Amino acid sequence: MNEISKVIPATKPDDWATDQEVRWCPGCGDYAILKAVQRALPELGVEPHNTVFISGIGCSSRFPYYMETYGFHTIHGRAPTIATGVKLANPKLDVWLVTGDGDGLSIGGNHMLHLVRRNIDCQVLLFNNEIYGLTKGQYSPTSRPGTRSPTSPTGSLEQPVKPCAFAIGAGGRFVARTIDTAQKHMPEILKRAHAHKGTSFIEIYQNCVVYNDGVFDAFTEKKSAPQTQILLEHGKPMLFANGTRGLKLNRETLRLEVVDVVEGDASQLIVHDETNKAVANMLIDMPFGEFPVALGVIYCDPASSFDEAMQAQEQQLTAGKSADFAALLRRGQSWEVKAEAGR
Amino acid sequence: MATAAKVPDEPHGPSSGGTSHEVVHRDSVVVRFAGDSGDGMQLTGGQFTLSTALAGNDLATFPDFPAEIRAPQGTLFGVSAFQINFGSTRIETAGDQPDVLIAMNPAALKTNLPALRQGGLIIADTGEFSERNLKKARYEANPLEDGSLSAWQLLAFDISKQTLESVKPFGLGNKDALRCKNMWTLGLALWMFGRPRGPIVEWLSAKFAKSEVLRDANIAALNAGHAFGETAELAGPLKQFSLAAAEVEPGLYRTISGADAIALGLVAGAKLSGLPMFFGGYPITPASAILHALARLREFDVTTFQAEDEIAAIGAAIGAAWAGSLAVTSSSGPGIALKGEAMGLAVMTELPLVIVNSQRGGPSTGLPTKTEQSDLYQAVYGRNGDAPMPVIAARSPADCFEVAIEACRLALKYMSPVMLLTDGYIANAAEPWRVPDDGSFTPFPAKFREDVPEDGRFNPFTRDPETLGRQWVKPGTPGLMHRIGGIEKGFASGNIDYSPENHQKMTDTRKAKIDGIARDIPAQAVEVGNDHGPLVVVGWGSTYGPIRQAVELARSKGHDVAHVHIRHIWPLPANLGELLKRYQRVLVPEMNTGQLKTLLRDQYLVDAQPLNKVSGQPFRIAEIEAAIEGMLAQ
Repeated sequence: MNEISKVIPATKPDDWATDQEVRWCPGCGDYAILKAVQRALPELGVEPHNTVFISGIGCSSRFPYYMETYGFHTIHGRAPTIATGVKLANPKLDVWLVTGDGDGLSIGGNHMLHLVRRNIDCQVLLFNNEIYGLTKGQYSPTSRPGTRSPTSPTGSLEQPVKPCAFAIGAGGRFVARTIDTAQKHMPEILKRAHAHKGTSFIEIYQNCVVYNDGVFDAFTEKKSAPQTQILLEHGKPMLFANGTRGLKLNRETLRLEVVDVVEGDASQLIVHDETNKAVANMLIDMPFGEFPVALGVIYCDPASSFDEAMQAQEQQLTAGKSADFAALLRRGQSWEVKAEAGR
Repeated sequence: MATAAKVPDEPHGPSSGGTSHEVVHRDSVVVRFAGDSGDGMQLTGGQFTLSTALAGNDLATFPDFPAEIRAPQGTLFGVSAFQINFGSTRIETAGDQPDVLIAMNPAALKTNLPALRQGGLIIADTGEFSERNLKKARYEANPLEDGSLSAWQLLAFDISKQTLESVKPFGLGNKDALRCKNMWTLGLALWMFGRPRGPIVEWLSAKFAKSEVLRDANIAALNAGHAFGETAELAGPLKQFSLAAAEVEPGLYRTISGADAIALGLVAGAKLSGLPMFFGGYPITPASAILHALARLREFDVTTFQAEDEIAAIGAAIGAAWAGSLAVTSSSGPGIALKGEAMGLAVMTELPLVIVNSQRGGPSTGLPTKTEQSDLYQAVYGRNGDAPMPVIAARSPADCFEVAIEACRLALKYMSPVMLLTDGYIANAAEPWRVPDDGSFTPFPAKFREDVPEDGRFNPFTRDPETLGRQWVKPGTPGLMHRIGGIEKGFASGNIDYSPENHQKMTDTRKAKIDGIARDIPAQAVEVGNDHGPLVVVGWGSTYGPIRQAVELARSKGHDVAHVHIRHIWPLPANLGELLKRYQRVLVPEMNTGQLKTLLRDQYLVDAQPLNKVSGQPFRIAEIEAAIEGMLAQ
C-alpha cells in the first residue's frame, strides 16, 4: 500500500471503471467482486495512476481490463512473478493481484507460494469457484472429490487444496475469506487487506453460474447464512447463528467445538485473536456441516515485506558508496600498455 | 615495453641466476594444468593467467571442468583442466594442442594426453601415481615407467613430497599440506615462463588474510616450486621459455571472463540509458556467474532478484520492464526453454527486455559445464506464434561487453525483448581486455511518455513511425492509465481485439518492427580476406577465434578464402545475402548440427555447407583449416 503523504483527490466508484464492455457470463460472481472492489477503492485514499492490477489467465484474470488503473493481463499462473517485479522496481505502486483457483493454485502454485513466503507488499484476490471456467468446466485443484466434469466424467478423485491453508502454510501474514455477493463484508476485508503491509491473501468464494452453479449455496444462501457462516472479528468471541451458537476450544482434545450460547453467556467461547496462527489453521480446516464457514480476517500478524527489506538493505549497502563506473571497469589487477616506439 | 601496473618484485623473463637452463624462444605456448577437481586447477590456471597478462602477453584460456562439484578423487570423470595459450602474437583461441601438460595424477594424464602435441612436455607428480590411483585411472601399468610416453618428453618427480617438505615448518596436517601442491606447481610454471611471483603472493595474502599459517604455507610452496626450477639439476626436458610481450594497442588492460564482461556491459547499458537495472535470474550453469557479478553492484542502481524458477525470473523482469527499469534475465538452454512463453508475452506487450543465454551442450540437461552453440534455432524461432525477436551473439569474453550494450540499445529503442547468445566457453574463459574509456559509447537515454493527450484518451500502442517501437509509460504517471496483456490487442488502444484484420495488422507490424532493425545495425563486413572469391567461412559466436586463425593460416598458404563473422543473428545484416552470393562456396563451422547453415540457406538460398562439432569442446584451428582445404580441393 501507499504512504499517504499528500491530499488525494476524492474518487467515486465510477472513476475506477473503464469504458470496456464487461464480458463475463450474465450472473457470474465476478460482477459482484468488480463492484465491491470499485466501491472499496474510493475509500482507501489512493489514486488510480498509482494503482496496478495484475492478473494471470482465466475468467477472473480479465479483471484489469475493467479497472481504470494501470493493468497487466499476463500469462497463466505467472501474475505473482510479474507483480513481484513491478513492486521491486517501483515500491511506491499499490499492487493488486487477481487470480483464480486454477491460475493461482495449480499452474501458478509455485509462484503463489513464493510471493506469499517473500511477503511482497500486495493484495491477492483469489477468486475460488472450484472449477476451470474459461476452458469450459474441468475440475480444479479446489474442486471437491467426486466433481463431475469433462475431464472427470465419473467424478474427480483428488483431494482439494484449501487456499487459506496454503497461504498460511507458505508463511502468509494476512489471510482472509469472503464471498462474492457479500457486498458489505468484502469492501471491509479489502480495506483491511490494503492497510496490511506485506502479502494480503483473500480467498473469495465466487459462483460460476455456468460450470459449477450453486457449489457454495450451502453457506451463501441469505436465509441460512446466519447458521452457516461465522464472521470473525478481532477481539470478539466467536459467535454465530445470531448469537445463539459459538466456537469453543476443547482444551483436552485441542479441537474446536460448536457450542450453544445460553442467555448470551459467551464466556466459554474463544475470542478471535488474528495473530494466533494455530487457531487460524483450525478455523480454516473446520469441516463444513458440523461447523460453519469462517469468514473475515482469519489471520493477521504483520512482518517485514521483501520489498521493504530490500530497500532497507540497498540503502544500507549503498550509503556512502559512490557508483564510480570508470573504477568498476578497472577493478581487479590491470596493466598499462604504453605507446612507445619499438615496443 | 609493456609494464605491469603493479610492479612485481623481480625482473620478468628467464632468470639469469641459479643453474643454467636452456632457454627456448617462442612466439606462443599452450599450457594445460590438469588434476583432480579438488586440486585447485582452475585457481592455479586463473592465477597463471593473471601473471601472464601482467607480463604483457596476449592470451586466451579454456577452463574445462566436470559438472560434479567434488567428483570422487582420482577418477577419470573427476578431472578438471585449465588450458592457456599465450604469446607475443595475437592469440585468438586457447590453442589446438598443449605444448606442456602438467598432470597432477594418473587420471589427469590419461584424459589430457590425447590433446598433447607430439614431442610436448609432460610434467607429472609421481607422488600421485600410486597403484590405487593408477587403477582408478584404468592404467594397467605405470605409464611413467613403461615407456608408453616415449612420443613426449617426460619430467616426472614427486611434487607431493616436495610440497610436504616445503610446508613442513608450518605444522599443517597432511591433507592441508597437500592442498598447497597447486601453488608449488604454479611456482614451477612461473619459473618456466619467467613470470613474476609478486601478484600471486599479493593474491595469496588477501585470500588467506584470516589465516597466517595457510598464507605462509602457500607462499612457501609457491617459492619452493619456483626454486625447484631454478636450482634442480634436471637434465633434459625442463627448460625455460622466453616470450616477448605482445604487440597490442596502447591502453589500460585487465583480464576478463565473458560472464564478467556481460555484467559490466549491462551496467554500462543501464548507465547509457539512464535507467535502473533489474536482473531476474535463477541458478544455472554456466549462467549463474552473471547473477553473482551483478549481485555485488548494488551501488550502480542494480537490483538482482534470485527467483523461485526460470519462469519467475523472466516474469519479474517483465514486471520491472513495465515499471520502467532496464530489465534483464539470464539463463542457459534448459532455462531459456522454460522462459519461452514469457518471452512471447514480452514480444506481445512490446516491453524492452534483455535475455542472456549462456549456451551449453544439450538437449535437456545435456552437458552443463561444456560448451555448444546449439540454441540458435531456439533463440530465433523458439516461441509459440509469430514472435520475432532480435538475436545477437558475442564472439569472445571481451566482446561480451559491447554486445551487452548493443542488446540494451536495441531492446529500448525497439521496445522488444532481445536475445543475447553467449556460451559456456565464452562465459568461463578469460582474455585481456582493453578497458574502454568512460564516454566512448553513445548514450541512448530512455524516453517515457508523460504528457496526457488533449482528448484524454491515451493509446499505449501508438508507435514511433520510424522504429515502430511503441510508447513506454511508467505506471504511476498521472492520466495515462492503460492495460496491456498477452491477448491480441487493438492496433493503438491495447484493448482486447480478436478481429481478423486487426490480428493480421498487429502480426505484420510486430514483424516489420524487428525486420526494420536490419537498417539500424552495421552492414556485414568481411573480417579477413576479399569480399568475393572461391570460399567464405561464415561463423558466429565463440567459433570466431579458431575460424579466424584457420582462415589466416590458409591465406598464408596462398588460398583465397575469406572470413565473415556474424554478430547480429536476427535480423541479419541487410547486405549479408548479397555479400555471400559473391563467393562460390560458403562454409559454416558451428558447434551444433548446422543451425546457422539452415538459417542462411532459408534466408538467401545459398548453398551453405556445414562443418559441425558437438563434442563439448571448442573447434581446433586445424579442424577448420582441414575443412577449408577440403572444400577448396573439391
